[in-house]
Amino acid sequence: MLEAAVAFGRLLCRAGLAAGTDRVVEFARALEELDVTRREDMYWAGRVTLCSRPEDLEPYDRAFEAFWEGRERARPLRQPKMRLEVSVEDSVQPPKKSVEKDPAGEEAVRLRYSPVDVLRAKDFALYTAEEFAELHKLLADLSFSGALRRSRRLEPAPRGRHDPRRTLRGALRTGGEPLRHRFRKARRRPRRVVFLCDISGSMSSYSRVLLRLLHAGVVSGEPVEAFVMGTRLTRVTRELASRDPDRAFGEAAGTVRDWSGGTRLGDTIKEFVDRWGQRGMARGAVVVILSDGWDRGDVAVLAEQMRRIKRLAHRVIWVNPLKAAPGYQPLAKGMAAALPYVDVFLSGHNFESLEELAVTVAGAVGDRQGGAG
Amino acid sequence: MTGATEERRGALPSGVSRSQDLRKKLREESYLAGAGLSTAIFLALKLGRPLFLEGEAGVGKTEVAKVLSRMLETPLIRLQCYEGIDVYQAVYEWDYPRQLLHIRTAEAFGADADRKRFEDELYTRRFLVSRPLLQALEHEGPMPPVLLIDEVDRADDEFEAFLLEILSDFAITVPELGTIEAARPPIAIITSNRTREVHDALKRRCLYFYIDHPDLEREVEIVRLRVPGADERLARQVAEAVQRLREMDLYKPPGVAETLDWTEALVALGAKELDERLIEATLGSVVKYREDQQRALGAALSLLSGGGGA
Repeated sequence: MLEAAVAFGRLLCRAGLAAGTDRVVEFARALEELDVTRREDMYWAGRVTLCSRPEDLEPYDRAFEAFWEGRERARPLRQPKMRLEVSVEDSVQPPKKSVEKDPAGEEAVRLRYSPVDVLRAKDFALYTAEEFAELHKLLADLSFSGALRRSRRLEPAPRGRHDPRRTLRGALRTGGEPLRHRFRKARRRPRRVVFLCDISGSMSSYSRVLLRLLHAGVVSGEPVEAFVMGTRLTRVTRELASRDPDRAFGEAAGTVRDWSGGTRLGDTIKEFVDRWGQRGMARGAVVVILSDGWDRGDVAVLAEQMRRIKRLAHRVIWVNPLKAAPGYQPLAKGMAAALPYVDVFLSGHNFESLEELAVTVAGAVGDRQGGAG
Repeated sequence: MTGATEERRGALPSGVSRSQDLRKKLREESYLAGAGLSTAIFLALKLGRPLFLEGEAGVGKTEVAKVLSRMLETPLIRLQCYEGIDVYQAVYEWDYPRQLLHIRTAEAFGADADRKRFEDELYTRRFLVSRPLLQALEHEGPMPPVLLIDEVDRADDEFEAFLLEILSDFAITVPELGTIEAARPPIAIITSNRTREVHDALKRRCLYFYIDHPDLEREVEIVRLRVPGADERLARQVAEAVQRLREMDLYKPPGVAETLDWTEALVALGAKELDERLIEATLGSVVKYREDQQRALGAALSLLSGGGGA
């Protein structure tokens, strides 16, 4: 039985579940307590011990059928999803150590032609391969720390609420006389930052850079959540959480089925508010939407969903790379519908504008502008 | 009746040796659990593992803990999580006013020689105020208590890390006192609304179950069981209407808790049968967003049985 349990656990691991050894042991123990001849007992024992989130249930069911009922390989357990091609020009590798070794080779020259300042103002759509690599280093330095909010956790402070714990500790040193009273006050913590990144076809020249931005945000250690929006919504926080960007993109691509498909912006934002936002993720958070505002769906839906986000979030920031074009007007119907609910509207087509975004997220600019503190 | 000494974990109600028995027992306590949930609870009791319950609001996660406490005739100790909750609110706190008094008393008696002793006494068990988690570990009785850690997703990461320690060893270390270990680990039920992903390490120590909305037949049964005043006909109509509401793509689809509230409201109004006027009058007990109410009212007729599919 134990061997079967172990083998089943391995199959689940391959199907993407976190069925480690400890879980498998737990599964085996559960089986001992139940009637192994009953299919139902078997099924539930595995489900409560080996699954740990709703997304696990479907692969579990399939693996269960395949493994215990011999319906093996009727269907592959997880179809390999559309792959994100990390093309050479997009590679994260630093521009090769060979550049330095190369005695004044042409590569070095080319790098000198793209000094950082020029790079910062250049539109992402016009980037070359080396510049992408350079950009990546710059992105890693950006910090997306949300505007501060009062936490309910207290910390020592010169003034504030009385702190009996520390006062008493001090009193012990002065013969039981609380000579110095100590205080504490609410700590201030950064708000959660939620990125919703449009990856539809019309955004393709920017979505790769913006995804890098999401990655930099997620690994920064600040409370950051990342979603991508295509024909449907996909949460990629987990996938991007690994420090290795290439792997993170591979994993994100595995989850995202609709790389550069069409957008139904309203519907995907609705999915976000329904499943995540309203339950708490968007509450008091800084929500950043990265999109050009082209919506193939009903714009009334988008307007309604933006209204909902606006009511939940601390601040709504919309980043539209098209905004940088001279004489830009929010003509995309979706963009026009969403604008009334947006606190800050930014461009995000080059690195400078992303720096501006970072500052806005931290609340420095927005607080003065909106006065909504 | 195994003589195993390491088996201080777990507790099953008398007469329960299989998950099917437990299912019956839960039913006697007016809780209708499917085969999955009752197996999960059975294993949690038998193996002495914390049970991690996830699901939409109002599907009866918290209720599981309450029912278990009734069934095992053991106290329910509840810890409601919130952002910023810390050790002093969840586990223990020193009783400062009493400690200060103690020092003063010592001085009044001029016990200078014994000062060291008095100081040591300050940090003993009798000056410690226990909060829910410590209460659960220190409980004495024939059955371990049910410890409900409600809405753990509202607490922050720091607290989660701390829970991790308690849930794996069922012991707490108070620096001034030493380690306090549970004679019998409590039956721990942890609930989450999934407003944020709880860390894997915490989930790994628990059995996991996702509670879904019940299907029509089970919901009718739940209504009948929990609101005995409701007619069979009314119960069915309400359950059907709620099932349709759930398909309606509302911002907040109603849970079982709302179904029960609604039925109770209808019974209080003396309703025997659901009609459009009653729906309008009582909708506030099931659907709690203005936009949702408008949507539901627009489709009020189709909520009634025989009014066609949603």
